[in-house]
Amino acid sequence: MVSTHSRWLYGVAALLYAFLYAPIAVVIVFSFNTSRHGLGWQGFTWQWYRALLDNSQALEAAKNTLALAICSTLIATAIGTAAGFGLSRYEIPGRRFFSRLLYLPVFVPDIVMAVSLLLFFSIIRQWLGLFQLGLTTMIFAHVTFQIPFVAIVVRSRLAGLDPALEEAAHDLGANAWQTFWRVTFPLMLPGVMAGGMLAFTLSLDDFVVSFFTSGPGSTTLPILIYASVKRGLTPDIHALSTLIVLVSLLATLTVALLQRRGRA
Amino acid sequence: MLQAFAVQVSAERAAGPSGEQTTAEIPAVELHNVSRKFGPVSAVAGISLSIRRGEFFSLLGPSGCGKTTLLRLVAGLDLPDAGTVSINGLEATHTPAHQRPVNTVFQSYALFPHLNVRENIAFGLRMKRMARKQIEERVGSIMETVRISELAGRRISQLSGGQKQRVALARAIVNEPQVLLLDEPLGALDLKLRKELQVELHALQRRLGITFIYVTHDQEEALAMSDRIGVMHAGRMAQLGAAEEVYERPRTRFAAQFIGACNLLRGTVRHCSERDFMVRTELGEVRVELGQSARPLQLGQSCTLAIRPEKVRVLAFTERREVNSFPVRVSGFVYTGSETQYRLETPGGLLNAWVMNARSGPPVFQIGDRATVQLPWDALVLLDD
Amino acid sequence: MTSQSQIHRGEAITRGRLSIRAAASLGPGFIWLILFFLIPLGIIAAMSFLSRGEDGTVDRPLTLENYRRLAGFGLLGFDPLYPIILFRSFVLGSGTAMLCLTAGLPLAFFIAKLSKPFKQLALTLVVIPFWTNLLIRTYAWQMLLGPGSWITQLAVWLRVIGPDEALYPGTFAVYLCMVCDFLPFMVLPLYASVEKLDWSMAEAAMDLGANRFQVFRHGVLPQIQPGVIAGLILVFLPATGQFVIPDLLGGAKTAMLGNAIQQQFGPGLDWPFGSAVALVSLAVALAGLWLFTRKTADQNLEIV
Repeated sequence: MVSTHSRWLYGVAALLYAFLYAPIAVVIVFSFNTSRHGLGWQGFTWQWYRALLDNSQALEAAKNTLALAICSTLIATAIGTAAGFGLSRYEIPGRRFFSRLLYLPVFVPDIVMAVSLLLFFSIIRQWLGLFQLGLTTMIFAHVTFQIPFVAIVVRSRLAGLDPALEEAAHDLGANAWQTFWRVTFPLMLPGVMAGGMLAFTLSLDDFVVSFFTSGPGSTTLPILIYASVKRGLTPDIHALSTLIVLVSLLATLTVALLQRRGRA
Repeated sequence: MLQAFAVQVSAERAAGPSGEQTTAEIPAVELHNVSRKFGPVSAVAGISLSIRRGEFFSLLGPSGCGKTTLLRLVAGLDLPDAGTVSINGLEATHTPAHQRPVNTVFQSYALFPHLNVRENIAFGLRMKRMARKQIEERVGSIMETVRISELAGRRISQLSGGQKQRVALARAIVNEPQVLLLDEPLGALDLKLRKELQVELHALQRRLGITFIYVTHDQEEALAMSDRIGVMHAGRMAQLGAAEEVYERPRTRFAAQFIGACNLLRGTVRHCSERDFMVRTELGEVRVELGQSARPLQLGQSCTLAIRPEKVRVLAFTERREVNSFPVRVSGFVYTGSETQYRLETPGGLLNAWVMNARSGPPVFQIGDRATVQLPWDALVLLDD
Repeated sequence: MTSQSQIHRGEAITRGRLSIRAAASLGPGFIWLILFFLIPLGIIAAMSFLSRGEDGTVDRPLTLENYRRLAGFGLLGFDPLYPIILFRSFVLGSGTAMLCLTAGLPLAFFIAKLSKPFKQLALTLVVIPFWTNLLIRTYAWQMLLGPGSWITQLAVWLRVIGPDEALYPGTFAVYLCMVCDFLPFMVLPLYASVEKLDWSMAEAAMDLGANRFQVFRHGVLPQIQPGVIAGLILVFLPATGQFVIPDLLGGAKTAMLGNAIQQQFGPGLDWPFGSAVALVSLAVALAGLWLFTRKTADQNLEIV
């Protein structure tokens, strides 16, 4: 019974994996297909990747996406790490409230956060003339949804550490500064890196929040892809998507490795 | 105050062996009326204690008795609510942990997982900004001392429990602390390894001459290694004394029963002379040596006597009644190889008697046999409570 | 060195300095989230009670008009458009969650039964699509389900659809893509629960003569309930707020709350009404969260 049972399970699992990877596979395959419109395979080509190099819009969008992801990740990692660290060790009044506030953005639908920021920026713009829609507003928006993820990862990393480790450092003659930089920080670093990579990938992936908080000239890759899909796809978009998939794959594997090393 | 402390420590170090005479009388650690409460619970309730230099001192007690809290107060990892802690004759109650000449071997070892074995051991010396070459030398020699030289480059996650224990020990003693605090350091190891390391630890302490304060709940461990033992119970010191004293002459019922097994006899004082006194128990009249128990006894006073099971003699049944001899019936026994542990039925309840199996052959007495027990008058101890 | 001092993780420090450190570490995040998260949500809430002025401006008169319109009482009498959208969002969200649960259970059991190195690989294989841009995975379904694709041809051959029809755009495409996109959210918490499963309970049920369904119902399901709940939350919440998938794969018949919000903030230019829809979406999400109990809420976050 066990063998038929597991054979059935293997079959279903294989189908589900195929289902999960079908869309990714089809994009990758079509990025190498000579055919411009049809769905049939008409031969292998690199031409869409070459076309991508000439696509100034795509290059501009890639630059924007990276700039946005790097800036927002740096800010969010700094703030989120501090918050995760603080939450894991300081018992202060209002801690529960802050803890809830930190978790809430994770559960709020993207689009609600997106339009609320759009409204917020436009009101501030009317009052103070700040926050012209563009890369700056997008960075503020991205940092907002990134902070919780970084803080949560860092906090859970710190929660898993033996409190005696820091006591041991003090016991061995380290002062507060030395203890933090030689023991606490190295130990939370895998969490900080994992949180940062998570934030980075979230920023690269984000379409909804970017879509509502972007301005002219701050188009990112997801926005570009959305616009192309709406207008009618061209094969160089498949090439672009394939490259994005590759980058995500590398980022995911890096995070997995970091977390495993952190656990060891 | 801190500066004075530092000057004192460095002066002592500089003075070396010649300075020892002058500081020999100053206790390594002195606690005066120390208390620590966690909410409503008193973990440590007014303990005063003086630990001599070079002494192997054990704090023994069940979990939750406050022994670890006491250790943490000495380490500077916790603050007392009242009382003072002195180290080397200098008040150190509020001295931060990192400025105390004291190092700890933690129960969880608390080895730094991001550093390898060598880096772990060098940590304390690096914090002192010692020259790199000197650090290398000292780390190398300490690794030889605890026999872990071949582990130098290993990651902590690659070590076995016993190896971790050795690294934790090396990491602490490489700093040449005045006092080494050990919090159940062998608790996580299996029995065989524990026995081995007990012997090693004891030898190491003798060789280095460092004062050890050793927290354990294992009475055998404490008895095997310590010069003195402090038996703790509910935040207080139930008994304090040399290892054999704590075992042979328990002062309280708790101390008697926590360390080893013990028979307790309740009774009332009937007669008192200069050398001995008589107690009427349910077993009969028992004669007890007055001995160290210098407390004035009053006739008619109720009291508790204690006697260790291995001190109870089990003899063939006779009708003749000698002093401290009583008729009993064997209600059960356990054969442990080296000895036979009898459960004896008496008019005053059960009595345990452990008899060495000096001769080969089956146990002398069987269940249901009648026998005579003899309680040697100098083996009986009068308890305080 | 006063009564103010205490020991914090081995360090002697005064209470005052400890508070300063707490404020320094928590302060920036706290201020940021108040400023860019709570206040904007407050603005949405306030905006939803204002009315639309000429040319998309916002006007003063406070009104419940936006909510009346959402409930179906428009200016031109009863119009069920928005109640239907609300209902559809809920159905699509919970339907996706149930489909993901159905597909996720065998996958979670499959992974849990693998030996250790394969387990890690199988889990990573589930996580990778999750980290691949949703937009890309969504538009790929346009091609997979478009006219002339293998899947469409198969459907035609099976007489599921007529020879001139396609599977996309339509409700089927939306569901399929939603399940594909959100399946990892379901598998991860499910796997975490299945991994901890105590099989002796199931065996005991089997010994007592239970059939397979009964074994699952009484011996297995109670144990993996936290994972099931976490998975349902993680799928239901983002699914109800979706607007990209219905936008790219569906038509007017699959418009959801997300599309309605986008409509009002985009071409519709009725920000007060859009705010009201957004607030309702938020309420639906939080109600869903609340319904599935708060107990498992912290647990899911570990998984994300």
